[in-house]
Amino acid sequence: MDLNITGIRLDVTEDGYLTDLSHWNKEIALEIAKENNIELTDKHWEVLYWIQEQVKNDVALSIRGIKKSGIIDIKEFYDLFPGGPLKISTKIAGVPKPKSCI
Amino acid sequence: MSTKVKKMLFILSKGTIENAYAAFVMANGARMEGIESEIFFTFFGLEAIQKKKLEHLHVATVGNPAMHMPTMLGGLPGMEALATKMMKKEMEKLDMPPIGEFLEILSDSGCKLWACKLAVDMFHLKREDLIDELDGILTIGDFYNRADQEGCQLLFI
Repeated sequence: MDLNITGIRLDVTEDGYLTDLSHWNKEIALEIAKENNIELTDKHWEVLYWIQEQVKNDVALSIRGIKKSGIIDIKEFYDLFPGGPLKISTKIAGVPKPKSCI
Repeated sequence: MSTKVKKMLFILSKGTIENAYAAFVMANGARMEGIESEIFFTFFGLEAIQKKKLEHLHVATVGNPAMHMPTMLGGLPGMEALATKMMKKEMEKLDMPPIGEFLEILSDSGCKLWACKLAVDMFHLKREDLIDELDGILTIGDFYNRADQEGCQLLFI
């Protein structure tokens, strides 16, 4: 599947997740966030960069990991990314959809 | 993305660790998908929200054919504790939180946690015996009234 953002065609999965994090940039993040009715604040960016860091370090993402992250608590996480926080934040961060059930 | 299920309501009636985890994983999974979720703890399910008991839930080794263990063996003293220890070890590998931490995660995620009034009275429990995260003590009728929109599903565990 392709995603067309700011005139650039991007390769994405069926669910709309970027297949290559190296193609990610802030404009793409802003666009995907807009599609999910989210306006990115400084706190959002902090979380997005943290998520990318975890993925680069091969750490599996989970809600428990968010609790232990030290940068955000679960309540805030749900407030920042309403309607499925881990699913939506990873999409905006340009990383694969988490596979964990928890 | 919209989904047809809007709210999942769980009734946890058993006090074994595998049933508690089943309810918790499904309730948390719902929240993670943007679906509302609530758990009603009744009868032995109340063990999972009693401060003194929640970290001591056990796997049932007797009457559980999937344990692949002769019933008489499963009934020996210490067998349940051993099987539970082994299961907890495996769960830790999967990054499954212990019961207490899981309840905190659920509460922080917006999952409502309710105790059944009838069962609380029957076991002579007081509010302070139950976890602080508890949203309240309800009758089953009150709980049914929580199914207040289209797309609600009720699940008995």
